Amino acid sequence: MTDLVVADTLHKRFGPVVAVDGISLAVPRGEVLGFLGPNAAGKSTTMKMLTGYLLPDSGRVTVAGHDMARDALAGQRQLGYLPEGAPLYGDMTTDAFLDFVARARGYRGREKTRRIATVVERVALESVLHRPVEALSKGFKRRVALAQAILHDPPVLILDEPTDGLDPNQKQHVRRLIRDMAADKAIIISTHILEEVEAVCSRAAIIADGVLRADGTPDALLARAPDHGVVTLTLAGDAGEARAALSDLDGVAGIEAAPARDGRAALRVVPEGGRAIAPAVGGRLRDRGIAVDEMVVERGSLDAVFRDVTGVEGGRDGGATTDGTGAAA
Amino acid sequence: MMQGVWTVAERELKGYFNTALAFVFIAVFVALSAAFTFYLGGFFERGKADLQPFFAYHPWLYLLLIPALAMRLWAEERKTGTLELLMTLPVSTGAAVVGKFLAAWLFAGLALVLTFPMWVTVNVLGNPDNGVILAGYLGSFLMAGAYLAIGACLSALTSNQVIAFILGAVVCFLFVMSGMDMVLGVFRPWAPDAVVRTVADVSFLTRFDAIARGVLSVPDVVYFLSLMAFWLTANAIAVDQKKA
Repeated sequence: MTDLVVADTLHKRFGPVVAVDGISLAVPRGEVLGFLGPNAAGKSTTMKMLTGYLLPDSGRVTVAGHDMARDALAGQRQLGYLPEGAPLYGDMTTDAFLDFVARARGYRGREKTRRIATVVERVALESVLHRPVEALSKGFKRRVALAQAILHDPPVLILDEPTDGLDPNQKQHVRRLIRDMAADKAIIISTHILEEVEAVCSRAAIIADGVLRADGTPDALLARAPDHGVVTLTLAGDAGEARAALSDLDGVAGIEAAPARDGRAALRVVPEGGRAIAPAVGGRLRDRGIAVDEMVVERGSLDAVFRDVTGVEGGRDGGATTDGTGAAA
Repeated sequence: MMQGVWTVAERELKGYFNTALAFVFIAVFVALSAAFTFYLGGFFERGKADLQPFFAYHPWLYLLLIPALAMRLWAEERKTGTLELLMTLPVSTGAAVVGKFLAAWLFAGLALVLTFPMWVTVNVLGNPDNGVILAGYLGSFLMAGAYLAIGACLSALTSNQVIAFILGAVVCFLFVMSGMDMVLGVFRPWAPDAVVRTVADVSFLTRFDAIARGVLSVPDVVYFLSLMAFWLTANAIAVDQKKA
């Protein structure tokens, strides 16, 4: 059993609203899966089903081999969950709250003390241990909620928007924490911050209207960007000469004029089907003695892929807006 | 299972004392029960050394106070989203339901115990039958549990504590009223005796009247316990069904 989390064709509807419409995925140990999607795409609903909080209408979830429909408690012992919005018992102090969670997870005595001390150090909560949770800053609240999720060092972590509302330093801290834990866990995080996916995820799944639209490594997704591999040239001289030189080059699908930079002409050389054309372009220009000031190979942006994959052109018209209300609930 | 129950109960109990609610509740409970006993119950005028006027008003006192104790149990968890946290910990729904209920019941028990000055007073003034008084306390505690189970279940249906309170009070009111003559009068002209008796039987009032007079019978105990079991089962179903 290498896949710690397996979801098999999950369906979930709330009344007339289809929140999740046949999502399947498998996450092995060592993988950080980023769950991407517009608001109300079904991310949270899917995660709630993975944790056993919601039962799918149809489909099956197993966590560390435990069927969540039959034995949710066994699965829940193997997973840590940070729910959306990091809900906490506000009237409790941080240490009382962590004590409660540790006891609910079955720890007693010295083992309990050790678990709490470890997690407090790991998430840096020493300074707020005796303060009521509701009086904490947003960043600390989020960290308390994270501490609660990793207290028992579970093999499976499901984090719903773990960095939402944090400042850049805090985001950095949480991401580092996730990366540090990644090696021996299966981690699923949801986010709508695309840079986060590149920063921490080894795999990204884009979901929209309750359907999995793309699933692959961040690099593989980037390759689907419309401007992936495009070579942008800033020329010292005339653009026409370069255009003529490159027009018959193997692998070049087209050449477009790009906005001039500092009065110098610029061209975008679009490759055919994602081929790497930079060496050929460079070689050809050198052969023809055409001076180039700058040559940039575009990586493409996840942003563009995201828009492309989740946009209305991509699929069911208007679904994103009608799905909106229910799936977020 | 038991570990989970107690972990939840302990958190919930501490929760009562984290806010002023615990102290307000106990103060109001003790003060009102005393006021009812002396002013409405005619404790002195009766010239009898017993606590019947004290217990007689408990069904009415609970009508107001117990739903206030129960309203936050689940509604607050829904509102703040902590229900999701609680339900994804390895604690079963049943354990959470029982744990929360136990916490509230113990708290109500504490409030009841703190009315001991009444008992001291009656013992100073006369020579009451303390067995009857103990039966009254036990019966009152059982009845509080029934009120609480109803309130807890209804609290699980909403994320709004005010709605939970009103629903709880209304349903408890129906259970109290079903023993009143005006309610039974509606049934008597047309319904067979068995129906009238059944309606009267589910009433807290009919049951508790006997208890307040010192007769704590097995059927009454079974009645209150099965009422708790029924509403707590419904509570667990409500929590499981309404999660989204």
